[in-house]
Amino acid sequence: MTYDSLVPLFAVAVSLLAVPLILASSHRPRLRETWTIGAAVAKFLLVLSLLPKVLDGQIPVTRLGEIVPGVELALRVDALGIVFALVASSLWILTSWYSIGYVAGVKEQKQTRYFASFAVCLSATIGVAFSANVITFIVFYEVLTIATYPLVIHKETPEAIRAGRKYLAYTLTAGVALLAGAAWLYRVAGSLDFVPGGLLEGVDASGATIRVLFLLFIGGVGVKAALMPLHAWLPAAMVAPTPVSALLHAVAVVKSGVFGVLRVVGFVFGPSVMTRYDLALPLAVVAGATILVASLMALAQDNLKRRLAYSTIGHLSYIVLAAALISPEAFTGGVLHITTHATMKITLFFVAGAIYAHAHRDNVSELDGIGRAMPWTMSAFAVASIGLAGLPPVNGFESKWFIGLGAATTGQEVALVVLLVSGVLNAAYLFPIVHRAFLRPSRQFAGLGEASPHMVVPLVVTAGLSVLLGLWPNGLVRLYDLAVMISRGVFGGVA
Amino acid sequence: MTEHLPVLIPLVLLTAALASPLFGLIRHSWTYRITVAAVALDAGLTMWGLAEVIADGPMSYRLGGWVPPIGIEFVLDPLSAFFATVIAVVALVVLVGARALVAEELPEKEVPFFVAVLLMLTGFQGIVITGDLFNLFVFMEIGALAAYALVAVGERPSPVAAFRYLLIGATGASLYLLGLWFVYSLTGSLNMADVAAILPTVWDNPAMVIGLSLIVVGLGVKMAMFPMHGWLPDAYTQAPSAASALIAPIGTKVGAYALIRILFFVFGVRLVRDRLAVTDVVLWLSAVGIIYGSVMAIAQREMKRMLAYSSVAQVGYIGLGIGLANPVGLIGAVLHVVNHAFMKAALFVVAGNMRVKLGHTDIGRIDAAVQRAMPWTMAAFTVGALSMIGVPPTAGFFSKWYLASGAIDRGLWIMVLVILVSSLLNAVYFFRVLERAYLRSGDREEGTEAASGRNEARPVMLVPALLLAAGIVALGVFNAVLVNGVIDLIRPAGL
Repeated sequence: MTYDSLVPLFAVAVSLLAVPLILASSHRPRLRETWTIGAAVAKFLLVLSLLPKVLDGQIPVTRLGEIVPGVELALRVDALGIVFALVASSLWILTSWYSIGYVAGVKEQKQTRYFASFAVCLSATIGVAFSANVITFIVFYEVLTIATYPLVIHKETPEAIRAGRKYLAYTLTAGVALLAGAAWLYRVAGSLDFVPGGLLEGVDASGATIRVLFLLFIGGVGVKAALMPLHAWLPAAMVAPTPVSALLHAVAVVKSGVFGVLRVVGFVFGPSVMTRYDLALPLAVVAGATILVASLMALAQDNLKRRLAYSTIGHLSYIVLAAALISPEAFTGGVLHITTHATMKITLFFVAGAIYAHAHRDNVSELDGIGRAMPWTMSAFAVASIGLAGLPPVNGFESKWFIGLGAATTGQEVALVVLLVSGVLNAAYLFPIVHRAFLRPSRQFAGLGEASPHMVVPLVVTAGLSVLLGLWPNGLVRLYDLAVMISRGVFGGVA
Repeated sequence: MTEHLPVLIPLVLLTAALASPLFGLIRHSWTYRITVAAVALDAGLTMWGLAEVIADGPMSYRLGGWVPPIGIEFVLDPLSAFFATVIAVVALVVLVGARALVAEELPEKEVPFFVAVLLMLTGFQGIVITGDLFNLFVFMEIGALAAYALVAVGERPSPVAAFRYLLIGATGASLYLLGLWFVYSLTGSLNMADVAAILPTVWDNPAMVIGLSLIVVGLGVKMAMFPMHGWLPDAYTQAPSAASALIAPIGTKVGAYALIRILFFVFGVRLVRDRLAVTDVVLWLSAVGIIYGSVMAIAQREMKRMLAYSSVAQVGYIGLGIGLANPVGLIGAVLHVVNHAFMKAALFVVAGNMRVKLGHTDIGRIDAAVQRAMPWTMAAFTVGALSMIGVPPTAGFFSKWYLASGAIDRGLWIMVLVILVSSLLNAVYFFRVLERAYLRSGDREEGTEAASGRNEARPVMLVPALLLAAGIVALGVFNAVLVNGVIDLIRPAGL
């Protein structure tokens, strides 16, 4: 049941409206940051206000008129959309709070541009989440690409500019692939709407057409999802300030990519088309390879943020793998992993940023004994590490459980092995950091103390959320119910 | 009054062109005022005409009361009304700031400059409105002679560029005239509708093929279709900034108009597409021109020259849409006419403002000081650049959408590839400028004016740039309105 509502539009627009206010108060940092926090809170509350309806099976829709003949620019808040929107908007509040401490700590320049770009990014992210069709998705997806660029090159060093070029080369190429895919899809299917179970289900098209379309779409969303070999922009983009890496390169931007994969697999092609035309297996193989290779590469990184970047690449492919397994359980797990990976990875990035801003360390090898100086920070890091390795009681366990369950029930044991090996590798590249921090004797951080509460509070909150949602998956916003709803919609016709 | 609209559209401008120098004798500024008033009136008339055509269908005007095909006929139909409106509106917006540019670059030449502008616009509007093939030649020469003069008064090497423009342009016009002679000798008529009716009876005559080829080549020169673009880069680069801002957005477009008119409405789709495949020649030349122009633009060190080569590529987009010779392709071509008119006008106005304020437009000397000095000008440039790259929701994205859709309809994958690759090439040369303007920290030489803070163009020069930038976004967001309401009415028989 759909009903017309303007709330989705407000939820998208509220941070955009804050942009002129942020720009206008560039000489009054406190006021500027008030706008940011205010927009973040308003955005989250607007998204939250839609939740009861969505849980009730209703779908709020905002129609904004035809954008090209035959296709509307429209927002449609289904369960998958609201999961992503909840994650992005709630974590934006924490990231904004954290940013204030961080930019003060490292004395970043051009903070106004920073906060303004951030606000545009969040509008685009929620727009991606609420897109009702492929065109609307592309519009917001590309706005996100452009709005992230000023954040990637924020430091304006030659390295940052190179990273920016790399980022644009990858993402703009992906954008044109999506444009071609969408134009062609419209010719084939006569519509561009996201339909649970697949728009292409029942559409008469040749196998070659379907396969090339799939390649264009997965190529398009695969760049932001950092699917290998399209991932190289992400480690390079780690040159951005840490809050950017935390929210955009662990939550908003990259999750737009995997969210796109879920949309493409579940709502454009659909499970039965995916299996009928042998699209699922190649995608699963690529995702599985990405998981293993990225985890191995993470082991080799000494720079903490780069290590986390490769870890992110691996975990994004958990979600791609979940989609490619074509099983309701795995799909549920994939949706959950969007949320669980978000809370865990943002914790790790927050910690990396706190270490950089407060203790001025970039590399893993320099962290001996830091746990004694920053016990809260490093405890949060330990909690999130346990979760990323897939161990209870942290929420990473449950998403991985469902993906594994899906692999087992559909007889794809290889995927199960990949998940287990990846869990071990996760432990191998994260636990030594915890070990160094707490157990290696060193006096280099004596008398340093914790970072500012602006940074410590958010990372403790996200670590706490990870545990809370791990113990009580259906707590707070009933993420588990939503994930099941989504799978049921996608697999309704098949299961 | 309504029935006189077709003739009034060029006549208002011609009258003003004759009257304004007389008033200019009394006071120089009156020439400019009359110019703006006449173009504003003309814009009003064209919009009125467009509304009438949409409501009541095409109207025709018999000049001097002579009955066609003996007399000259002026025709306002969806195609001509649309082009006339684009020409008048874009010229009006650019003219707002033109006087300030002229005062800077050509002091003392204000009166002849604006008289030439009026004559050029008379020629352009005449080309668009006339229903007579020979009359089209006459207006083409009026417009071209005025344009040669406007180019010739620029920088020191500009007379050479203008002379080259004159030689090539005159050759093109001669070829057109020669082709017309063949057509006239076969059909005994010069009235477009009349010729269109008679032509099918002489299809098998080789003279008709020769005539058609000569006309297409002649018009190809006028619209700077590859490889007949040789006059364009020097002319646009060395013309005074006000002249390039006026000629670049609309000058080549009237050539494109004449090509659409003569191919699809005079010779007819069945002949030019199905029998002789003239449109395929246009298609492939345009595709090569797109890539060639984009690559050459990357190689340029000076911004106006870069924009000029970019024009060669963008004219290729229009040619590509014409060459596709299917409904969506033609929509893409016509939509790109208005989109590109706005984009190029915005970019050339920005280039003009930079010439005035910085004294140069060398890309190598652009750095962040430029952006600090002229933030609004650079904002307009950024919007124009994003649209050229094709980032939604700007206009350029939708040009590409229709052109790619048209190519997919024909199954011409190579053309889809050309469109997409050129997007990325555009990104290369525009981000090269953007990156410098926003990120390259200036050498901060003491005493240089640019390094010392705010030095924004005067409001009268800034307003056109910002209006055009806003127009680019509006054209993108509301493209469906334009396509459904106007462009869709342009339906040659048999397409």
